[in-house]
Amino acid sequence: MASTNEIRKRRAVERALLGAARQTVLALVALVVFVPILYIIMASFKSKMDYVGNQIGLPAPFVLDNYRTLLKDGQILLWFANSAIVTGVSVASCTLIAVLGAFAFAKMRFPGKDRIFNLVISLMIIPPIVMLIPLFVLSTQVRLVNTYWSAIIIDAGLMLPFSVYLLRNFFITVPESIMNSARIDGCSDRGILFRIILPLSSSALITLTVVNVLWVWNELLIALIFLQKNTLTTLMVGLVQYQGKFKVNQPALLAGIFLSMIPMIVIYLVGQRFFVQGLTAGALKGE
Amino acid sequence: MTAAKRSWDRKAYLYILPTLAVIVLVFLFPLVQNARYSLLEMGQKGRPYSGMRNYGLLLSDDTFWISLRNNGLLILLVPLLVAVSLVFSVLLFQRIRGWKFYRGVVLFPYITSITAIGLFYSLFFQGQGMLNTFLERIGLGFLTVDWLGNKGWALAAVMFVVLWREFGFGTILFLARLMTVEEDIFDAARIDGAGWWRRMFAIVIPRLATVIEFYVFLMVVTMLSWVFNYVFVITLGGPARSTYVTEYYIFMQSFKLNRMGVASALSIILFLVTAALAFLSFRFRKRLYGEYE
Repeated sequence: MASTNEIRKRRAVERALLGAARQTVLALVALVVFVPILYIIMASFKSKMDYVGNQIGLPAPFVLDNYRTLLKDGQILLWFANSAIVTGVSVASCTLIAVLGAFAFAKMRFPGKDRIFNLVISLMIIPPIVMLIPLFVLSTQVRLVNTYWSAIIIDAGLMLPFSVYLLRNFFITVPESIMNSARIDGCSDRGILFRIILPLSSSALITLTVVNVLWVWNELLIALIFLQKNTLTTLMVGLVQYQGKFKVNQPALLAGIFLSMIPMIVIYLVGQRFFVQGLTAGALKGE
Repeated sequence: MTAAKRSWDRKAYLYILPTLAVIVLVFLFPLVQNARYSLLEMGQKGRPYSGMRNYGLLLSDDTFWISLRNNGLLILLVPLLVAVSLVFSVLLFQRIRGWKFYRGVVLFPYITSITAIGLFYSLFFQGQGMLNTFLERIGLGFLTVDWLGNKGWALAAVMFVVLWREFGFGTILFLARLMTVEEDIFDAARIDGAGWWRRMFAIVIPRLATVIEFYVFLMVVTMLSWVFNYVFVITLGGPARSTYVTEYYIFMQSFKLNRMGVASALSIILFLVTAALAFLSFRFRKRLYGEYE
């Protein structure tokens, strides 16, 4: 029979082995995740010749040609501006509308409340393509195709169910007692929402903004259909067109891909906590 | 008077009005309109009523059946995604050194745009792409295939990208749920001598049941109707329509081939299937976990 000491020793060895195995698995995952990103960055600094002959090595020589090409003929700054406009306006307007709606769903009483709320949040999973044809026909009729507005309104609308849901679940946790004392001091409903609830909800608002900004920035389908004019092209659509037009210049495409990812990578690094919160909010609440 | 006032805030409707207006404009009106379009001859002047003709055209188009098969194949990724997410979430939950860093790593693909990463992978899988170059370099040249030009491999390549980008979401979801479980349970089970598999099936999976069910539902819907972006940037449905999916079919029919009626018919079918899945999931949830709600 083994002594307790030996058992303990064996356990320690087992644990060390298990730990090493786990670290190996996770290191492999990190490799699979980061290789594409590192490759994109690396290749974006290769000359065209180098890229063809030396596809998987380090850049030799290290050049900025691709970024120069992009800035010169790729109109990439315009695409950035267009993406920023569509993202900024649609996220801001969606947030404002959702704040008002979520306040009513969280803190007011009115007939049909639960039913309307359930209807709104059930729309979250409906794929955008299902609404697209009538929206396109309608936008053509009212001459909104090829204006920022068509994409902004549709993007804002598609984000709305999730936004209302997330904010309502947060607003509901603000204690009634605070609201009541404000009411006694003569605060109106609007005052309660903007002076009491919103200041208490900054983390929920940041979470919502992070998730929504990411979604619109990365959105392709709607921009593709509603913003077909060259002057309105967003970054994602621009990249796709760039691939079609300049199939030969792959390193320049990779440089464009990298540039398009930078803003979202920054947001992710800074606001990861909020992002995790936003993604898990849908699944863990209301269970 | 005060009692009546307290039971019903008339102003509430003002607050939900903008939400409702946008919902009607962006969701409800288009859905009704689409149902109508699917019964009309959209290409003709005056859009005459054509009964179920669009649905008939759809069902007799073999591209539609190819699309449907591909969505079906994509759904096969769901069990794989669940298994991978389970393993990774448990690994991270065990407070392995650097787990917060790894959590960030695992979720990273999910924040990348499908367009950007899909374009990268379209270069990666090309005949002269990085994958084949790499295979040749390490002496596995006999394994090289024109991944995106080969009918048998193109969809597999798309599936790989979907897996790469989506696995982090499940992992984070399961991890968040696990963190709400008292850690003592795991310690107690370990002390009682329960092995890894035993702990997985007796403790982890039951605690995660609701989240797993939710995730499966979400992923099935994703594979059915949220994969347009992948196909559009990686294969454009090719080669020879072998990677068409239902959304891409709708896109092509309506915006390239000007057959809006047929596209509307498929839109309606897609909507009904999604709604039916949501309803089933809701019922299932209620029956299984009703007592906790």
